[in-house]
Amino acid sequence: MRASLRKFLAGKWAKAFVFAVSLIPVIRIAWRAYRGDLTANPVEFLQHQTGDWTLRFLIFTLCITPFRKLLDLPELIRFRRMLGLFAFFYVSLHFLTYLGPDQSFNFAGMLKDVAKRPFITVGFAAFVLLIPLALTSTAGWVRRLGGKRWQLLHRSIYICACLGVIHYYWLVKSDIRKPVFYGALVGILLGWRLLNWLIKRKAPVVAQSAPLRVS
Amino acid sequence: MLIKKPAGLTYADITPKNIYFNRRNFLRGLGIAGAAAVVGERFASILSPSTNVYAGTKLTTVKSAYAVDEKISSYNDVTHYNNFYEFGTDKADPAKNAQKFHTSQWSVSVEGDVKTPRKFSMDEILQLAPLEERIYRHRCVERWSIVVPWIGYSLSTILKLVEPLPKAKYVAFQSFYDPHEMPESRGTGLDYPYVEGLRLDEAMHPLALLCVGMYGETLPNQDGAPVRMVIPWKYGYKSIKSIVKIKLQSSEPPTTWNRQSSYEYGFYSNVNPNVDHPRWSQATERRLGEIFMHKTLMFNGYADQVASLYAGMDLKKFH
Repeated sequence: MRASLRKFLAGKWAKAFVFAVSLIPVIRIAWRAYRGDLTANPVEFLQHQTGDWTLRFLIFTLCITPFRKLLDLPELIRFRRMLGLFAFFYVSLHFLTYLGPDQSFNFAGMLKDVAKRPFITVGFAAFVLLIPLALTSTAGWVRRLGGKRWQLLHRSIYICACLGVIHYYWLVKSDIRKPVFYGALVGILLGWRLLNWLIKRKAPVVAQSAPLRVS
Repeated sequence: MLIKKPAGLTYADITPKNIYFNRRNFLRGLGIAGAAAVVGERFASILSPSTNVYAGTKLTTVKSAYAVDEKISSYNDVTHYNNFYEFGTDKADPAKNAQKFHTSQWSVSVEGDVKTPRKFSMDEILQLAPLEERIYRHRCVERWSIVVPWIGYSLSTILKLVEPLPKAKYVAFQSFYDPHEMPESRGTGLDYPYVEGLRLDEAMHPLALLCVGMYGETLPNQDGAPVRMVIPWKYGYKSIKSIVKIKLQSSEPPTTWNRQSSYEYGFYSNVNPNVDHPRWSQATERRLGEIFMHKTLMFNGYADQVASLYAGMDLKKFH
């Protein structure tokens, strides 16, 4: 069972499978649009759907490393870039639903809105911050930047996820359950990393006798 | 800063002159009408069993001068895109969760600083005055808007009937609330029952509609059955739904959204494109059924009728 799962994850179909599954939300939206079934407020529906899926894909991306380690499935790393790029895909659609219907594609007006409204400011900041991550997601860019610098840059996805949750939290009027739920997930995922980092920092003291750089 | 206090209302202001000067006759008349109503009710209930379900019943209306010449929103949109947090916070929730809401045996208590406090049954409310069809713009604080053919009559009709005392300066409204019948209300971030309020002169304004129906029929549950307020120059949340109590009082009543976040939702909550919500602009709005935004009008387009109510007031402070 486990062996076959690992074989599938390492195989050539796994990526195509994850890619297809990641497209389901946008296909579903397109299907509903085709049927004229986008609720009484189609623009708001598109904004909420694409926003939700952005946060979900950011969380999926952040899940890769903990799941890889906790489940001992090193193959999962193969999907991280794709999931991250899907987060960028959905945030781009999300941004377009704002720039178009809300701002009538008026860039200057949009920037004014971004400067004036904190909830727009944080959402826009998260979007802008995701652009360099999407652009430098290729293996070529890892080489060009060097592993350390690349990793440092890509850690800003933590900031993006936090900004995304704040953006959502500041949007809702009184029912904070969904943004709090997303916030809790992001909190757990970042907390796990913090814990790991603290343990690692202490590790040399505890395991003094162990030889350095076993790997 | 110069802030003019709203002029104090006198008893004569809120009572039509002819009734005011003939109040003894008027009261005597009321007694007879009351007796007739009781007898009439008996007969009516024998002839046709009391209507148990109000939602979806056709109403006979007269035309009203209060009708904007704009495209009426689709019935499906107005009944499937609702803010009625007692039935859940998603716009599609009330249409689903309010179906089993019991609105039969409904009555509205009109009480407080009035000469003749009274409980009105729904049948009485439906027969107090000719039902008018009024086509109003309706603007939500969330920047969407609709145009609805509401049915009802001015709230002043019922307020005059109970005779406000001179000390009455405000009107407090309260919605029905039963946590067992409205389990989705839990966790929505609001205190229930939902309460709202108006200054008495606002409440007496002919545009302030006591609403019992829309689109030719009684109100669907999700739109505030069986009786609600519609105050077209204010943000939608002022138009309280499913009213059980109307109380006249001397002090400004608390209002639900103001209690939830006072700097975002003021007591007045007049539609005002120049005073933004702290988190978003109120300069534009989106009509349901449209893609792009268009300009929001001062007092939602009712400035000619209602601006005088707020003469001299700092509308940013009293937002």
